[in-house]
Amino acid sequence: MSDILLRVTDLARTFDVSRPWLNRVLEGAPRQLLKAVDGVSFEIPRGQTFSLVGESGCGKSTVARLVVGLYRPSRGSISIDGSDLAAMSREQQQPVRRKLQMIFQDPYASLNPRWRVSSIIAEPILAHRILSDRTAIQKRVDELLRQVGLNPADGSKFPHEFSGGQRQRISIARALASKPEFLVCDEPTSALDVSVQAQILNLMKDLQRELQLTYLFISHNLAVVYHMSDTIGVMYLGRLVEVAPARTLFAAPQHPYSRLLLDTLPDLDMTGRERVPVAGEVPNPINPPTGCAFHPRCPLANDRCKRERPETKPAVTGTLVACHAVEEGRSQEMPAAA
Amino acid sequence: MTSQTAAPAGPTALQRFFDSDIWWSFRRNPVAIGAAVVTLLTFLGAGFAPWIAPHNPYDLASLNLMDAGRAPYWLDETWQPGDPRFWLGTDDQGRDILSTILYGARVSLLVGFLAVVFAMSLGILLGLAAGFFGGKVDAFIMRIADVMLSFPAILVALLIDGVFRVSLPSDMHQEIAVYVLVLAIGFSSWVNYGRTVRGSTLVEKSKEYVQAARVIGIHPAKIMLRHILPNVMGPVLVIATINLATAILTEATLSFLGVGVPPTQPSLGTLIRVGNDFLFSGEWWMTLFPGAALVIMVLAVNLLGDWLRDALNPKLR
Amino acid sequence: MRTNQAPLLEVKNLRVEFPTRRGTLVAVDDVSFSIAPGEVLGVVGESGAGKSLTGAAIIGLLEPPGRVAGGEIRLEGERIDRLPYEQMRRVRGKKIGAIFQDPLTSLNPLFTIGRQLTETILTHIDLSQTQARDRAIELLMEVGIPAADKRIDHYPHQFSGGMRQRVVIALALAANPKLIVADEPTTALDVSIQAQIIALLKKLCRDHGTAVMLVTHDMGVIAETADRVAVMYAGRIAEIGPVREVVKNPRHPYTVGLMGSIPTIGHDAERLTQIDGSMPRLTAIPRGCAFNPRCPHVAERCRTERPDLIDTGATEAACWRHADIRAAAAAE
Repeated sequence: MSDILLRVTDLARTFDVSRPWLNRVLEGAPRQLLKAVDGVSFEIPRGQTFSLVGESGCGKSTVARLVVGLYRPSRGSISIDGSDLAAMSREQQQPVRRKLQMIFQDPYASLNPRWRVSSIIAEPILAHRILSDRTAIQKRVDELLRQVGLNPADGSKFPHEFSGGQRQRISIARALASKPEFLVCDEPTSALDVSVQAQILNLMKDLQRELQLTYLFISHNLAVVYHMSDTIGVMYLGRLVEVAPARTLFAAPQHPYSRLLLDTLPDLDMTGRERVPVAGEVPNPINPPTGCAFHPRCPLANDRCKRERPETKPAVTGTLVACHAVEEGRSQEMPAAA
Repeated sequence: MTSQTAAPAGPTALQRFFDSDIWWSFRRNPVAIGAAVVTLLTFLGAGFAPWIAPHNPYDLASLNLMDAGRAPYWLDETWQPGDPRFWLGTDDQGRDILSTILYGARVSLLVGFLAVVFAMSLGILLGLAAGFFGGKVDAFIMRIADVMLSFPAILVALLIDGVFRVSLPSDMHQEIAVYVLVLAIGFSSWVNYGRTVRGSTLVEKSKEYVQAARVIGIHPAKIMLRHILPNVMGPVLVIATINLATAILTEATLSFLGVGVPPTQPSLGTLIRVGNDFLFSGEWWMTLFPGAALVIMVLAVNLLGDWLRDALNPKLR
Repeated sequence: MRTNQAPLLEVKNLRVEFPTRRGTLVAVDDVSFSIAPGEVLGVVGESGAGKSLTGAAIIGLLEPPGRVAGGEIRLEGERIDRLPYEQMRRVRGKKIGAIFQDPLTSLNPLFTIGRQLTETILTHIDLSQTQARDRAIELLMEVGIPAADKRIDHYPHQFSGGMRQRVVIALALAANPKLIVADEPTTALDVSIQAQIIALLKKLCRDHGTAVMLVTHDMGVIAETADRVAVMYAGRIAEIGPVREVVKNPRHPYTVGLMGSIPTIGHDAERLTQIDGSMPRLTAIPRGCAFNPRCPHVAERCRTERPDLIDTGATEAACWRHADIRAAAAAE
């Protein structure tokens, strides 16, 4: 048992998005590769929440799917509690998989519509042979339903009889069924209304405390991430541009992209500040810009940024940043937006 | 369920059916109800033919050549006087047409059903495999499907039937003719199922509940059967209904061409072919009534299939 | 806060119904509000609250079998809820522009954006073909599309999501409408693009003096953009008032709960305030105040009698107990 539950080293995943072989031959189209994740490293201490934020297409969901083994990495390693999933056979993976579960984004798609709720929740128990006696399983399912704030009688219903928030609770109950230590949560509340989101976030925090869970939390919502996380990683086009403790990141973002993201936060405090939205959009990840992928949108970019890809280096206390400007101390020139 | 005694149990499958949108749309659709009634009647008539048919047309002992070629009983005097025993008249052997239709529908339906079951099983299996495993498996199965689609189904069926016909001694072929026919028709129509199931599988596979099962560590084969299969069955049922109609028609066509079931077990198609020879000698009832029975049966099943397709399509509701 | 000007849009006792096989569902019930010329009214609520249907009813694009079953909608004093389809089509575009969540639904994939823009302009304004094209280019430049004179001949799929939404805004503004109904205009976009689009919409409407009805579930967008805000719950308006008051000093317990459930940066609470339960389905809206089963301040009257909007001073709230709640809060 180490104190680091998840260690991800130089993780990369490339998708082949080429046209079919026949088209390539006939039309002479080149093979096209999408580097969804390109050299990401981080670790999560036991019992903590690490979040990945970024805009769509930045690769955060791909990281989540790589960690739970839905995709195989093209490069790099993922070790959970000291064991590398990718290096193991299906049988060897089972005990590690028991410790690792996932909560998905869409509560309407993540539950099999033809199964009763109790069968859905019992599936991991049966798959990992945690219990075999029918009454014991039923008891455990009832207990799980209560734990996520539902009624044991709900077990005999079908998913379509529940609201989005209740379905997400069922999803959480299923994830907890195998008594995992580590939950990967891929945008668990982005499909929910705010008042329901608050319920689910509270439930997740309560469960984390009760069961000493470790979370890898994926979201595009900065406020939610701030609320949930100990440490935050900001991703842009498949790379981590900044990793920092939650408070530090929001108080003093280092990377120009982190600053841009923070500046997009709507201002509920109604300070009436007029914000200057940063121009430009995320480029096509199939043909990412050379050097630092952010340079076309970066106010601090110079020739070096266009040529040379910045390495992740420690900046201020506890923060890792991949930016030439920060490294060279040019970052203060940035127009203070916030 | 131990703790469930006090809690209200979920509705039973039957209750859920009567509360469902399908049942509701059925009740409001007179065409569907009519088609269902006719289909049910033909199924019952065919299924219980030995019990409800007025005669056993294949019991040689009860046949009398004197009865041959009698017109339907209710026709007027200008026709040869009918016999009250033969309501739809008799054929050239003196067999009661109504009874031969009932017995013939039995063979037609049997061949149709078995062919559908065979095509459906093959199609689901190949479609699931293609959709779920993707890559080379998918490419291989789908190219076969493409090739099969470029031949008319009847040609494929003729080919398979022909192969069996030349490779088996004729008495043996007679014995298993029905099954050869089932195989031929079934094999010529699995592509529809295969393509649809593959498409639905691709959709379902990308849904998060399948990913959740993979994260739990469920074996791929189990995911395919327990998670994906039940969710792709809707469109399959629609195809199966419409396919039943086409299978019956294909069988009738093959039998009409003389390569279907042997004359000892005549289907509706055989009856039409045999009756066809007497069409110009004025004994039209020998071919008209089996033909009408075939049309009614196929039409009813098709209308039922059309309704089912619309009812299961959320966009049209 | 209301200006003395005659309102541009006036909605009175609007009721939208959906006949279903299990009886008629009332999706929007007795909703009244008005929008002054040039004003931005935010309409917030959770999914199923009826906010999008209210917007759809105003632009006359309710999906059947939904229908306006009661009340009236007036634009510049004239009723538009009873207009025949052809006439309503002319009002839409000329006087009311629409922006939807998915820009692709507003753009025809088969035509260049230039053709769609000039067609809209020519339908409503008396211009020559060349003049219309010049105006289209002008509009595209105004919504921030670089190289507008070249991009005008491109097809919708050649634009990114953010750029497409800009084109839709240009299209909505093409005939200089008095009102724009924007239904979740930024929901499908990435956060950095969201900020751009909101800023653009705000600036354009200020420049053109266009009023906006901004329908969204995102309180942040409302706080940044709107002058007034209407909070909807279970088909009715729970609270309506100036945005600052509703956000900072909500009177209706639902608004209070809603504001508390939004996580905010710098606010280090271990748990968020949560409203237990969920919004009732349209098939089972409770008697009395629809919020009563989830309300922490529920009293007997709330269970039997439905409150209408009551003037609380700063906002109007549909709550019997708003005065007691404020008194209790002040005493603390």
